[in-house]
Formats: sequence, C-alpha cells, structure tokens
Amino acid sequence: MTQDMVKLIEPIVPALRRYARALLKDRSAADDLVQDCLERAIEHWHQRRKDGNPRAWIFAILHNLAMSRLRRSGRTPTHVALDDAHNESLSVAARQEDHLQYRDLLHAIDLLPEDQRTVLLLVTVEDLSYADTAQALNIPIGTVMSRLSRARERLLKLMSGDAQPQSDHPHLRSVK
Amino acid sequence: MSTSPITEDDLNAFVDNALDPTRHAEVIIYLDSHPPIASRVAAYRKQREHLRNALAPIAEEPLPPELNLARLVADQHRPRSTPKWAMAAAVLLLSVGGIVGWTLRDMDLRSSTGLELVAQQAANSYRAYAADGYRPVEVRAEDRAVLAQWTARQLGRTVAIPDLTVSGFRFMGGRVVPTDQGPAAMFMYDDDKGIRLVMLARPMWADSDLPMSPYSNSEINGYAWFDDGLGYSLVGPVEAARLHPTADEVRRQLRNSV
Repeated sequence: MTQDMVKLIEPIVPALRRYARALLKDRSAADDLVQDCLERAIEHWHQRRKDGNPRAWIFAILHNLAMSRLRRSGRTPTHVALDDAHNESLSVAARQEDHLQYRDLLHAIDLLPEDQRTVLLLVTVEDLSYADTAQALNIPIGTVMSRLSRARERLLKLMSGDAQPQSDHPHLRSVK
Repeated sequence: MSTSPITEDDLNAFVDNALDPTRHAEVIIYLDSHPPIASRVAAYRKQREHLRNALAPIAEEPLPPELNLARLVADQHRPRSTPKWAMAAAVLLLSVGGIVGWTLRDMDLRSSTGLELVAQQAANSYRAYAADGYRPVEVRAEDRAVLAQWTARQLGRTVAIPDLTVSGFRFMGGRVVPTDQGPAAMFMYDDDKGIRLVMLARPMWADSDLPMSPYSNSEINGYAWFDDGLGYSLVGPVEAARLHPTADEVRRQLRNSV
C-alpha cells in the first residue's frame, strides 16, 4: 500500500541524505544518489522482506549505490580534496567553538578505512542496531562489532594525534 | 553473584546504549574499578556525541523537491506505454542492424576472443541500461511472453528466460539490443538491494560449444559461454564468488529448456 510506504520511508530521507553526503562529500552527488535509492525503494517495496526492518533495507540499497558510485568514479572517499569538501558540502552550522573540532573529526573520519567508516556511521550516527547494520552491509554481526571497535580505537588515535594517518593526507591536525 | 567477563563488545554496546539494564549496570561497576578503560569508554562516548553533532545539520536541511517522496511515487506510477509507431521503428532499426550485422558474423572467431566479445557486449548493455533508473527494460517482467516472441523473431531462434529466484535475483524484463554480430536478447535481473545483473544471448554462427570463462572489467564481473549455437554472458557488479553459481544456474536452465 502506497500510503504505508510513504509513511515508513519519508522520515528516513533526511538520514539517507546525511549518510550519502558523509560518504560522497558532494551535496548534489549525494542527493542524486538518494533520489536513485528512493526510486528503487518505491519500485521494489513490495519485494522487500516483510519481517525485516525497512530502515535497514533502504540503507542497504543506498549503501550499495554509494559503493558502486565510488568505485565507478575510481576513488575512495579518502581521496577527496577534503578542504574543498568540508568548506562547501559538509559545512556544519555548529556552534562557533565546536566548529573547528567537528571539522577535524570529519577529516579524521575520512582517514578511516572505508569498511570501518561505514559501520561507524551507520551505528553511531544513523542509529541502526548491530543486527540491522549487519543486514544493511551484508556482513556477519561479529564483523560489525570488530569493525566498530577498530574504528573507534583508530579514530581516538587520529584525534589525539598519536597515530600516523594511513594515507599521506597533509590536512589532519591535532585538536589537543 | 558472579557475572560473565566484560568484553570489548560490551564496552561498544555500552557506548551505543545498546545493553540491557542489568548488563549496563555491570559495565558501570566494572568501569568504576578500571579507570584507564573507563577513560577510553568516556572518550568513545564523547566521540560518538561529537560525530552525531557534526553531521546532524545535514539531516536538518530542508529537502530539495527531487527528494519529495510523494512526487517520486507519482512519477513511477505514471503509465509508461510506448506508442506503437515507436515500437515499430525500433524493430525496423534492429532489422537493419541485423542485416548489416549478418556480414560481420564470421568475426566471431573460434577462440576465447569470441567469448570475451559476448561478455563485453553484455557489459556494454549493463552500462547502458542497468544504470537507467527510469526505464532499464523495454518490456517488463509481466510481459514475459511478448519479450520471448520479440527476441525469438529478432534472433531467429528462441532464447528461454532463466528464473534466478534461487540465486536471489528477480527477473525485471528485457529488450533486444544491437551488437556488431546482429541483434541480441538482453534480460535484466535485480536483487533485494537493487543490484542488477544483465544476461545477453545471441547466435554464434562460427563457434561450437565453449566452456564458461570469466570476464572482468573495472567494477563489472561476468561469465560467458557458448552452448548449442548461442553465445551467452551474465555480467554485473557482483563478486565472482556469487556470480559464478548464478551463471551456472542460468546455463543449467537454458540447457534444460531445449
């Protein structure tokens, strides 16, 4: 039933935009991706598993689209010109004193391996349960837990400045 | 009362407020007596909060019109019938392509080059049609019989439409596509996550049967084989480990259909 579908999907759209933009950096590319995702969700709504969580189902569609988009464009998110990306598309309307710290945090996120970044974003920002994250990424729940654990540990090191970033990106600064 | 040992998973679930109240309390007691771990967990909590705050504004932006769900629904439910004249014109063009292609058919070498060519043509169809969010297939799954007639007429022989439900892929529909060697049948499938596969089949006049061989081009993997005078290829952005059994299933069904 179309009404039910709209009622279930509509509240998720802002979160889909946020996840897409966190991965793609570019506002219009991310919104294109979300549009593509919504069209597929509408088209295949009746084919989804009725016992599954629609949120996990839609995030799975979006995640797969994002990964193939990133692969097609021949880059992983870490290769984006971060300064440009954050000044434009990812600029945050945060309180002034938090702004720099958030910027550094988003830089640090970009230095995580892609599989850790995606798990961290889905769990902490998008509030997917561990089981739903496993479903969305099509990986075992144990893998979700180990990636989450490694992501947190690595991010902490990156933010405290005592880890060498895996890429040779020059823009990471310590906030301590 | 003895409790089971605190795990790294418990600590993460504690950070995410995902523990049941009993375990949550146990973790608090544990952290009280382990200050270094407590400070790491506190840092994780802060990290979590900052990450949410940093990205929250994106979700608060007003939605652009193209993400209006009601409008997207309305767009998709609009009838997509093709005028008869357009269908006729397409068939005519394909016939012309077929005649031109006829003279080029012996370009199918009796070698693996022919296999690769079929896989390439399938990959080209994938790129052109699978990425099309609006109209990936000309004839949709519900008009399977129409599609079967159309491809049979254009290819000069019947190509069965495999059912890939057991491999997790649904049949979406298909069309006739042009190749240098004449018209080919293109069938499209997708899974729950929107990943699409393209199967291509066309007559191979110069080749005898050839076993299945893998193909890979950037993000697209594929398998191609020749069976009973037809060249087949199944391609998609799927790892070979998943695609291979699916291609085996296609071949098995096509052999049984003869």
